[in-house]
Amino acid sequence: MPIVIENLSYTYSPNTVFAHDALKNVHMTIDDGEFVGIIGHTGSGKSTLVLHLNGLIKLTSGKILVNDIDLSKKYDYKKLRSTVGIVFQYPEYQLFDETVEKDIAFGPKNLGLSKEEVAYRVRTAMEMVGLDYEIIKDRSPFELSGGQKRRAALAGVIAMHPKILILDEPTAGLDPKGKENILELVHSIKKASQVTVIMISHNMDEINEHCTRVAVLNQGELVYYLKPSELVERSLELGKMGLDIPTSARIARRLRKKGINIKTGIHKQDELIAEVLKLYKGERA
Amino acid sequence: MSLIEVKNVKYAYNYGSQDAIVAVNDVSFGIEEGEFVALVGHNGSGKSTLAKMLNGLIIPLDGDVLIDGMNTRDDSLLYDIRRQIGVVFQNPDNQMVATIIEDDIAFGPENLGLDPKEIRERVDWALGAVGMEKHKKGMPFRLSGGQKQRVAIAGVLAIKPRVLVLDESTSMLDPKGRTEVLNVIKRLNKEENITVVLITHYMDEATDADRIIILNKGKIAHIGGKEIFLEEDRLRSYGLNVPTHIHIANSLRQGGMDIGQIWTERELEEEICRLL
Repeated sequence: MPIVIENLSYTYSPNTVFAHDALKNVHMTIDDGEFVGIIGHTGSGKSTLVLHLNGLIKLTSGKILVNDIDLSKKYDYKKLRSTVGIVFQYPEYQLFDETVEKDIAFGPKNLGLSKEEVAYRVRTAMEMVGLDYEIIKDRSPFELSGGQKRRAALAGVIAMHPKILILDEPTAGLDPKGKENILELVHSIKKASQVTVIMISHNMDEINEHCTRVAVLNQGELVYYLKPSELVERSLELGKMGLDIPTSARIARRLRKKGINIKTGIHKQDELIAEVLKLYKGERA
Repeated sequence: MSLIEVKNVKYAYNYGSQDAIVAVNDVSFGIEEGEFVALVGHNGSGKSTLAKMLNGLIIPLDGDVLIDGMNTRDDSLLYDIRRQIGVVFQNPDNQMVATIIEDDIAFGPENLGLDPKEIRERVDWALGAVGMEKHKKGMPFRLSGGQKQRVAIAGVLAIKPRVLVLDESTSMLDPKGRTEVLNVIKRLNKEENITVVLITHYMDEATDADRIIILNKGKIAHIGGKEIFLEEDRLRSYGLNVPTHIHIANSLRQGGMDIGQIWTERELEEEICRLL
């Protein structure tokens, strides 16, 4: 079952002078197994939107269906939160337990699973994020390196076996290698578990390289919800919102303007390289 | 003698215990007055440890750090050293001390014991230098990330340091905030002749620097200009990458195109146009 969001609005501090409309009439659906990117400048409503999906913000206006759970009615919180896992920004700050194993086991244990099942889930989650179970399990999470901490935090969410995995800027603050590793990891988790992934990011390059569809939020409104290849053709409108298209798309667009016959819809660097080389070889032949 | 001289410094956390971690190992370099230097390296390469050595927050276990000839080892000089070197950290929220922006900027000069007229002038100048003069009566918590970080920079500027060290000061900002902060830094370097040490792992930020120092596992891997961007594989081995447009240029060269030296997207486009 997909996620269906209809007419979702949300106001912080309603009926006060601080009232602020964070979301305005948002409509969107996310199909099973999709990899959806959410982009928008700070304060555009990205976090408010995803916090609705696991009930951390209570629905006040509009309708949301997550799988078959109707958030506008009374529903089972536990069921929702075992369906939707959120990895927050800088998740390493949420590690808390004495050992990595206990930390990751915290969630599954609270689902009331058997000891064996919890142990199994911890081990597989650690393997999935590339942490060696035998070596790392008894160590304090605070002794791990930055990258390992983030993996451990991610494992804690994966061990809940969510059907929908939400990542809020998963690569923030990491070096290029660390970024690449985390994104590869998300892909491998997705492949192994068929999970639906929703990723918030500020980085257009990152979003367009990885996502099947991209939602663009601006001042609480969903402005675009398109495939990356379609989105890159909206560079003018995106520019007005203070967003930029990916580097490869930007270069492709300017080359077209200069009269070079580059195909439209390029949004990955490898596509641009292949296209330019094709034209170059065609020219010489 | 250079304004900043780092000589064979070494530092290890938990020194002497069995889980000692060597963070900086025999590192030496000099930075001249007015230079814009980017210090880049992967997470854990020793960048932040070095930054903290520059203003004496960390004293090297071995070797010396000299700021305008003053050794950070000498406690009696630390006060003067910190007037020369201003450090801006990663998270702007941790650097605000007052509830009104101009009060926040005045905190440094007040502690220098300056007279009120001088403090007023410095606050106005510092806020103007980062383009935040309109917000001087505002409250820090109402600002965007980029604006907050500009206020944090102004707070450091009000001390009138000769060197501004930015320790991953853009990593928590969105692209717009990053651009704002980088533009301010570039302007301060050009117009106010403030020496800049920009610590980052975004290689595209390093393209603006006069020189690039790359750290790898606590050691210096490269000191020099942007030519290093042509050595993509070597950068990858340090856990770094090159800006996207330079990667595209390098790949096109590998594919047989005779792309000349390019540093910007526009230059790349011109080269492609020339060849197609």
